[in-house]
Amino acid sequence: MAAPPSGAPAGALAGEPAGGLSRLVRWIDYRLPFVASLDHHLINYPTPRNLSYWWNFGSLAGITLVIMIVTGVVLAMHYTPEATLAFDSVERIMRDVNYGWLIRYIHMNGGSMFFAIVYIHLFRGLYYGSYKYPRELLWILGVIILLLMIATAFMGYVLPWGQMSYWAATVITNLFSAIPVFGQDIVTLLWGGFTVGNPTLNRFFSLHYLLPFIIVAVVGLHLLALHQHGSNNPLGIDKRGPQDTIPFHPYYTVKDCFGLCVFLLVFAILVFYLPNMLSSADNYIPANPMVTPNHIVPEWYLLPYYAILRSITFDFLGIPSKLLGVVLSMGSIILLFLVPWLDTSPVRSARFRPIWRWFAMLLPLDLIALGYVGSQPPAGFVVTLGQIATAYYYIHFLILMPLIGKLETPRPLPISIAAAVLGPRVASAAGGE
Amino acid sequence: MADLAHSPVDADHGGASRRDFLLLTAGALGGIGAAIAIWPFIDSLNPARDTLALSTTEVDLAPIQVGQRLTIAWRGKPVFIDHRPPEEIKAAQAIDISTLRDPQKDSDRVKKPEWLVVVGVCTHLGCIPLGNKLGDDRGPFGGWFCPCHGSIYDTSARIRQGPAPLNLFVPPYEFTSDTAIKIG
Amino acid sequence: MARPLFALVWVTLLWLTNPALAEEPPPPPAALHPPHQEWSFEGVFGTYDRAALQRGFQVYKEVCSACHPVKHLYFRDLTEIGYTEDEVKGIAAQIQVTDGPNDSGEMYQRPGRPSDPIPGPFANDQAARAANNGALPPDLSLITKAREGGEDYVYAILTGFKDAPAGFKMNPNMNFDPYFPGHQIAMPPPLNPDQVKFADGTPASVLQMAHDVVTFLSWAAEPTLEQRHRIGFKVILFLIVATGVFYAAKRKIWSRVH
Repeated sequence: MAAPPSGAPAGALAGEPAGGLSRLVRWIDYRLPFVASLDHHLINYPTPRNLSYWWNFGSLAGITLVIMIVTGVVLAMHYTPEATLAFDSVERIMRDVNYGWLIRYIHMNGGSMFFAIVYIHLFRGLYYGSYKYPRELLWILGVIILLLMIATAFMGYVLPWGQMSYWAATVITNLFSAIPVFGQDIVTLLWGGFTVGNPTLNRFFSLHYLLPFIIVAVVGLHLLALHQHGSNNPLGIDKRGPQDTIPFHPYYTVKDCFGLCVFLLVFAILVFYLPNMLSSADNYIPANPMVTPNHIVPEWYLLPYYAILRSITFDFLGIPSKLLGVVLSMGSIILLFLVPWLDTSPVRSARFRPIWRWFAMLLPLDLIALGYVGSQPPAGFVVTLGQIATAYYYIHFLILMPLIGKLETPRPLPISIAAAVLGPRVASAAGGE
Repeated sequence: MADLAHSPVDADHGGASRRDFLLLTAGALGGIGAAIAIWPFIDSLNPARDTLALSTTEVDLAPIQVGQRLTIAWRGKPVFIDHRPPEEIKAAQAIDISTLRDPQKDSDRVKKPEWLVVVGVCTHLGCIPLGNKLGDDRGPFGGWFCPCHGSIYDTSARIRQGPAPLNLFVPPYEFTSDTAIKIG
Repeated sequence: MARPLFALVWVTLLWLTNPALAEEPPPPPAALHPPHQEWSFEGVFGTYDRAALQRGFQVYKEVCSACHPVKHLYFRDLTEIGYTEDEVKGIAAQIQVTDGPNDSGEMYQRPGRPSDPIPGPFANDQAARAANNGALPPDLSLITKAREGGEDYVYAILTGFKDAPAGFKMNPNMNFDPYFPGHQIAMPPPLNPDQVKFADGTPASVLQMAHDVVTFLSWAAEPTLEQRHRIGFKVILFLIVATGVFYAAKRKIWSRVH
C-alpha cells in the first residue's frame, strides 16, 4: 500500500505485529470509518440498562423491512404488472417457480407482521413518552415511515389483481374525489384512465418497488435521530452517567436475537400453516370490473382508518359527510405528528402518570374496536360503535392528552436508572466513575 | 463506562465455559438458519417447472419425407431435422475430416444416418442459417448457408467456409421409436 | 355469510360515488353455514389422499369439465396425484388442444401434451355464458381458496341441493341450494349416484364423489400444501430450539448485570 501521509495513525505500517485483518480494517477505517461506526453505534453503544421487551420491536421492524425487500425483489423477477397477466403470473409463482409459494407467502404475511410490529412499536412510544423532548423529530420520522408503509402496502395489495385488489383500489382512489373542485381530476390523474385499470396497475407496481427504498432512507434518518440522544427507557428518565447504561453488544444483541426467534416462530406458524388466514378469499378471484364483491374489506391493518372513514354518516357545518370522513380518516394519522406538542405532561413514562396510564391503555382497545367496526358491514350497532370509537380517538389526543398532562400529579420519579434497577447503594457505589 | 470485565461470574470458569458453549451454539444455529433460509431465494432463480416442462420436445418423424427438412422449436431455439437422401449422406461421409475446421465424423453426429438433428443457430454470432425451407439457398455444399456473415455448412452441418468456428451443435436426443425422437 | 347486508355495502359504495342513488333493494337470504367435514389434508400432518385425488380428477373430467375450466392446472401437474409420466402423456393425448397459427395463419387442433394447460370447455367467457343461460361457470383452479368456508363450503354446495321450500320464489333456470348465498344457484345439481365408475371400484355415491372432487379441487388450489407443511414442521422445530438456546444465552449474558 502507498505510504500514508504524516497524519496516519501510529503503527499503521510501522511493522507493528498486527494481523493482516486489523491492518485492512485500519486502512479502510482511515478512509471510510466503517468499523469505527459499527463499534460506535452497534457494539459499544451505551444503552439504558433497563429496557424491557417492548424495546425489541424497533429492531424487529428493521429486520422485517429487509425481509419484505428481499422477498419483494425476488417476486418482482417473476411477476408481470399487466392487467390481463398479473393474476396468472402470481399463480405461476405459487405453482411453478421453485419455492415461489414460500416467497409469496412470506411477503404476504410479512406485510401483516410488519404492521403488527410497527403498531406495537408505536404504542410503546405513546405509553412511555418516547415522542417527548428531545425525540420529537424521531417520532415525526416514525409517523412518516408509517404513512409510507400504508401507501406501499395499499399499492402492493393491488398488484395480484384479484377482486379485492381491484375494488379496494377503486374505493380508496375514489376518496380523492371528495376534494372540492379538483377532486375528480385528481382521481383521473391517479387512475391514468376512467377507472382503475392497466395504467393504474403499472404505476402502482413502479411506486410499490420504489417506496420501500424511501422507507429505508427515512429509517436511516430515524436511527440517526435516535442515536443523537439514545433510547428512551421504561422509566422515562434521562441517563445520568455510565452506571445507567450497558453496551449494546452483547446485551441487546442477544436480547434482540431472542426476540427475533420468537417473532420468527410466530411468523413461521402463519406462513407455513395459516398463510391465508389474514387475507380475503375474494382476492383469489381474478378482478372483474363488472362485479363488486359482497364486502369490500381492506387488510386488517387498514381497518381502523376504514372504520373512521365510514363512521361519518352525516354532513356537518356544510361539509359533505364523504369529505369529512376522508379528512377524519387521514387526520387520524396526521394527528400523530402533533403528539409531542399535544402532551403537556412534564413526565415521559405513563408508569409515573397514575391517571393518564389508563387512557394510554384504553387507546389500543379503542383501535381494536375500530378495527372490528371496519371489518363488519356498516349497519346497526356497528355504526354507533364506530362513531363512539372515532370520537374517543380524537378526544384522546385533542382533549385528554393536553388536559390530563396539565391536571395530573405524577408520581415521584426515581433518582436514576441505575438506582431504580440496581438499588440505591449499588448505584451510588458504581456511580463514582 | 463501568468495567464489566471483572464481574464475579468470570471467576467461575464453569459458568464462563458454559456461557461460551451456549453462545457458540447460538451463533451456530443463527448461521445455519441463515444459510438454510437463503437457499429458496437462490433456487427460485432456477428454471421454473413450466420452463422445465418445455425442456424436452418430442418430434414425430413419420410425416417427414426423404429429402425434406423440418424446423422445430426446442428450448426456445430452432432445431433443424433433415431426412437426408442418399446423396447427402454420401457427401457427408466422403470427406477427409482433417481438412475440417471442426473435425468430426458424420457418424459421430448422427444416430441413424438418414436423420440429421442439429440446433439451427450459427456458431459464429447466433443467426439462423438458411437451408431448411424449400427454395432456401443451401450454399455450395448443399447444407446450410448463414446470410449474416456467410458461414457455409455441409450436409452434416459442419462448418466449411466463413467465420463460424464450430459445427452446428447436435442436441441430446434419442429415438423413442423408429419414427419418433425426443430432444433434450 | 353476511350476504343479507350486501345491500348496505352496495349502498355505501353507490353513495360514496353518487349520493343521489341510495335506494335499497331487499336483502337476499343468508347462506347456511357449511358443516365441517373431515379432510385428509387437515392439521399439521395432513396429506392429500392420492386415491381420493385420482377419483376426484375422474369426477372433474367426466362431470365438471363440461362447464368448468381449471386453467391453472397443467397435464404435467397430474404426476403429483399418482399418475406416471406415461399415464399423464396418455391423458393429455386424449384431449385436443388448439395450437397455431400454422404457416397458413390458421389455428389448428392437436393432441395435448403434458406441458399444455388443461383446456377449458369454452373458448371464452361469452361462449360460456351463452351455453349456460347467461351464467358463468367459474374456473375451479382456486375455488376452495376463493370462497369463505373453503372446501367445506364447496362440499356443502355440491351435496346441499334440495327442493325449494313452499313459498320460496325461484327465478327462472335457478336451482335451490341453502348453502349458496341467496339460496339460488345457476348450476343444476351436478352429481347423481353412480354417475362415474371409479377405476378403483369405490362405490360412487353422491357424497363420495363430492368428497373426492373437493379433495381434488383443494389440491388444485394448493398443490404445494404437503411440501409447505413438511418444511414448516422442520422450520418451527428449529426455531423452538433456537428460541430456547437464545433465551438461555440471553439469561446467561444478562446475569452479569442483574
